[in-house]
Amino acid sequence: MKVLVAVKRVIDYNVKIRVKADNSDVDLTNVKMAMNPFCEIAVEEAVRLKEKGVATEVVAVTVGPKAAQEQLRTALALGADRAIHIETDERVESLAVAKLLAKVVDEEQPGLVILGKQAIDTDNNQTGQMLAALTNLPQGTFASEVAVDGDKVNVTREIDGGLQTVALSLPAIVTTDLRLNEPRYAKLPDIMKAKKKPLDAKTPADYGVEVASKVSLLKVESPAERKGGVKVASVDELIDKLKNEAKVL
Amino acid sequence: MSILVLADLHEGQLAGATAHVVAAAKAIGGDIDVLVAGEGVQAAADAAAKLDGVSKVRVADNAVYAHQLAEPMGALLVELAGDYSHVLASASTTGKNVLPRLAALKDVSQLSDVIGVESADTFLRPIYAGNAIATVKSDDALKVMTVRTTAFDAVESTGSASVEAVEVVVENGQSSFVKQELAQSDRPELGGAKVVVSGGRGMGNGENFKLLDGIADKLGAAIGASRAAVDAGFVPNDMQVGQTGKIVAPELYIAVGISGAIQHLAGMKDSKVIVAINKDEEAPIFQVADYGLVGDLFEILPELESKL
Repeated sequence: MKVLVAVKRVIDYNVKIRVKADNSDVDLTNVKMAMNPFCEIAVEEAVRLKEKGVATEVVAVTVGPKAAQEQLRTALALGADRAIHIETDERVESLAVAKLLAKVVDEEQPGLVILGKQAIDTDNNQTGQMLAALTNLPQGTFASEVAVDGDKVNVTREIDGGLQTVALSLPAIVTTDLRLNEPRYAKLPDIMKAKKKPLDAKTPADYGVEVASKVSLLKVESPAERKGGVKVASVDELIDKLKNEAKVL
Repeated sequence: MSILVLADLHEGQLAGATAHVVAAAKAIGGDIDVLVAGEGVQAAADAAAKLDGVSKVRVADNAVYAHQLAEPMGALLVELAGDYSHVLASASTTGKNVLPRLAALKDVSQLSDVIGVESADTFLRPIYAGNAIATVKSDDALKVMTVRTTAFDAVESTGSASVEAVEVVVENGQSSFVKQELAQSDRPELGGAKVVVSGGRGMGNGENFKLLDGIADKLGAAIGASRAAVDAGFVPNDMQVGQTGKIVAPELYIAVGISGAIQHLAGMKDSKVIVAINKDEEAPIFQVADYGLVGDLFEILPELESKL
């Protein structure tokens, strides 16, 4: 079974973001970028499926600027066999990404597609679900366990209030949640080897997909800053403040 | 304008989130219908009919909609969406699971986690873990959006909308429900609680989370956790407050042994009053806390419990 795994280049999760002075967007100039953390979990899961003999090939795909090749090389270093880079400098919304991935699914015919549940830049949490709808495949979102069993997969999902397990016919789309696995770090020899693994360069036009969206970004602002308050010296003072000043007790 | 709100269910009953989503729909303006889909959901439909501002409740009561699996729910919404200018759901795990399918099948974008309504086509939503707020305008004919419930005050339940059955029954041969394990708790639900007490990595282990129980009992609070505590295996993920967990905005939020990583702050910084208890006086949580208490939580918690 072939596993397709989608990755996204995003701002490193440790970096504090700045809004541009003209409020047009977030300023990403000279900011450290990395693979989206949920995508790392997706790559890890795909590689583990290959190590278990469930997957025969792992293909990594990304949609993004030229520099996003770095994240594909990371995926290759972590164990993906080959990569597809759909290059564009446009702001690509989830729907357009899902349309592009649907074309890749059509071409590659994977048994399983694994994506992160959300990217930590736009926090959309949409692409996997949209891909599932466009390809008419079942979905197991927010997965904390993925168990392939013959021609179906059982996905345990993190839902509000607990866990839910669904059985999906294959092929299927899975999106990862935090507890699915703990991603490994790439080893230096694997990083060197990854440079020689095949990487296909494509464009949205190659797939006949228009990436323009009907949603326009009018402005981006910093949220209202929350001011720090006071330090209290004791539990008694804390209770007194909560009762008499904040009036929440 | 006409708006369809997908009702959230919790164990077959109407979940509190729906009253907040109806409030967001009222801010947009227009006729508001609520879709209650599931199996054996008449009571939930009757509860939805009482929500202020709702003109009609549409009930799809069929085994295929049990547990609100994404595939049949998406297909059902596609059948109904033609009557509406907007389709809204809460940004719950159900709303997030189902709505993008509808959007994709209607070839429109989705707006996630809407926190403000400027007009019928222009909305506010947080990006980058709430460290920036985007104003976005949608020119799509159908607006599909999930709503962050903490940003809209719930409507009252004094209305009396009509209730009608939806006869649409879709097929689902792709997915099936296997099992569900919901945390059993007498405490209020995390997303809607007036008081939340959360523990972080400083709690040391899962057993120590019991130290929060007595305080939560006295305050009628829900218990949450930071991602660090979840990652460390102290507590299950459904307790996680943060960018990748639940977003809460209670009257009082007490952070215990939580350093205050960006992604945790994203989930609680809209709380009215924040209390931080941490032994590290440099912890970033103190920069957002109204009241900070520096000290050993293992001494402070028992004292706090006894004095509340």
